[in-house]
Amino acid sequence: MTVKYSNEHEWIRVEGEVGTVGISPYAQEQLGDVVFVEVPQAGRTVAKGESVAVVESVKAASDIYSPVSGDVTDGNAALADAPGDINADPMGKGWIFKIKLANKADLDGLMDQAAYDAFVKSLS
Amino acid sequence: MAASQDRSLGRSGGIVAGESTAPATFTGNRALQLEEPLIFEMGQPGRCGVDLPEPPKVKDRLNGLRRTGDVGLPGLSEPQVVQHYTRLSQKNYAIDMGVYPLGSCTMKHNPRINEKVARLPGIGDLHPLQPVSTVQGALELIDALAHWLKTLTGMPAVAMSPAAGAHGEMCGMMAIAAALDAKGERAQRRIVLAPESAHGTNPATAAALGFTVKPIPANDHGRVDLAALKAALGPDVAAIMLTNPNTCGLFESEIVEISAAVHAAGAYFYCDGANFNAIVGRVRPGDLGVDCMHINLHKTFSTPHGGGGPGAGPVVLSQALAPYAPYPWIVKDANGWTVAEDGARVDGQPLGRLKAFHGQMGMFTRALAYIMSHGADGLKQVAEDAVLSANYVMAALKDVMTPAFEGPCMHEALFDDGFLKDTGVSTLDFAKAMIDEGYHPMTMYFPLVVHGAMLIEPTESQAKEDLDRFIGALRSLAEKAKSGTAAEDFKAAPRYAPRRRLDETLAARKPVLRWRPSNSLKQAAE
Repeated sequence: MTVKYSNEHEWIRVEGEVGTVGISPYAQEQLGDVVFVEVPQAGRTVAKGESVAVVESVKAASDIYSPVSGDVTDGNAALADAPGDINADPMGKGWIFKIKLANKADLDGLMDQAAYDAFVKSLS
Repeated sequence: MAASQDRSLGRSGGIVAGESTAPATFTGNRALQLEEPLIFEMGQPGRCGVDLPEPPKVKDRLNGLRRTGDVGLPGLSEPQVVQHYTRLSQKNYAIDMGVYPLGSCTMKHNPRINEKVARLPGIGDLHPLQPVSTVQGALELIDALAHWLKTLTGMPAVAMSPAAGAHGEMCGMMAIAAALDAKGERAQRRIVLAPESAHGTNPATAAALGFTVKPIPANDHGRVDLAALKAALGPDVAAIMLTNPNTCGLFESEIVEISAAVHAAGAYFYCDGANFNAIVGRVRPGDLGVDCMHINLHKTFSTPHGGGGPGAGPVVLSQALAPYAPYPWIVKDANGWTVAEDGARVDGQPLGRLKAFHGQMGMFTRALAYIMSHGADGLKQVAEDAVLSANYVMAALKDVMTPAFEGPCMHEALFDDGFLKDTGVSTLDFAKAMIDEGYHPMTMYFPLVVHGAMLIEPTESQAKEDLDRFIGALRSLAEKAKSGTAAEDFKAAPRYAPRRRLDETLAARKPVLRWRPSNSLKQAAE
């Protein structure tokens, strides 16, 4: 059960057929206090790179892109009342949606922890 | 509602929050800096500033719908009302008070001659439903302004009625949609391209009209990536929406190649004219291949902006889009000026009506007064002085702050937060510290393509010594931030404002959008 990252700062943790997606600690720090999250509905079919959610902070509104193709199985409804979970626990309670992967090979194009850490370092 | 209860308990909450810099006062006021309750909180049941006659006895026909409960209006005397609104007006920061460097907004001086002309009895007392024969001068005024706007932009037609910038965008994009409809291409061309640095209203307008928005990345010089644009163009693209000069304060130097590529792909070129102040009298958008562009009269042409509005957003149109301009059209025939409001009277296929009456007449008057008092040479100097002022600010600050892109800039100087790196001070803290120095902060965190952006548009309105003082304040703040020991001071700013740091997160997460009477007030009323 490893975590992979996209260069748009989403993370995905895959267990079996289903991956859980959120934004990285770096991304939440850049956004600042999150005030609103729009999560996708279960059942929606999305393509890799498609905009599936919106995270709004006091500074900006950002699209969240799906790091893989597949069918959304769940959206984190708790974020409606507690958008701050994305700031407090971006890799845990702050997950945004779950997706049943259409093609596990999508994961090959993503970064592992070490590669992502290096990527973030290159940005600052 | 916890927030409103706090307000009704005491007036000192905002001032003593955080570290106190002065002893608390009994009233919560600080000298002439007054705490102001809401007018509803001031109201006393039964008090009234005017004597109203007893209503005549009539049999109502409301069929049981007659109101029996409290109307909910506050009861106040006339002096209370006058004092309340005068105090509120004094809390407002305005272009009439000092430097207002809000980028992308062109907060420029509104010359008083505009107001004088707008108040002339023959203009100020007009009514939009007057017979056309009695308003010939007003119609000629609209036509004269239309002529100037067409001349300054090098475009053959203008729709005068849109009421603001975003409304003008809607008008222009509706004209594009109508032209696509006429060619039978509406269903096929579903995509509107918008640069990443676009004004947020651009993608919003396209989406509102049912188009799919596709972002175009910027290159390292803060301009549209021409190769990426060309790759995105195709038979499914309806239009590009582009601001020039763009939101990074830069002129899109490849604009002619961009418009040629857009037209070659069969798409239209919408130009956002929000930054027209930087090029008015110098560049004619029509020469750049623009198909339509809105003009914010409340920016470039100095009509009141923001709360003093209303805005006005006429849209200039190319030959290809001119037939679709919305009603009304001001036309002249053998009998004089007239207002054409139906298809039989115009040579075109107007897309309908976007606004009641003729547009923002009061703003037309002010804009024409501004244009005619400046003349063509004066308008050219406006653009030159606005660009010179912005470059002066950038040159004077570039050794202590970090310009986002290599200069020179156009009408606004854009900095990123590179100079604040490792200081513990953020763009937000820096902006809040400006308030203590007596300045309205610049636009911050926009455009999004620049990290921790600070966007300064001084306009042509400020005297050199006032700009120098503004620059001096920013230099001192930048040096203080970089000393590495002032982060706490910045986090505590503003210290001297009537309210300290507001909880913007709470305000966004749990907005309190209206005042509700507390129980004690309700009981007193009963």
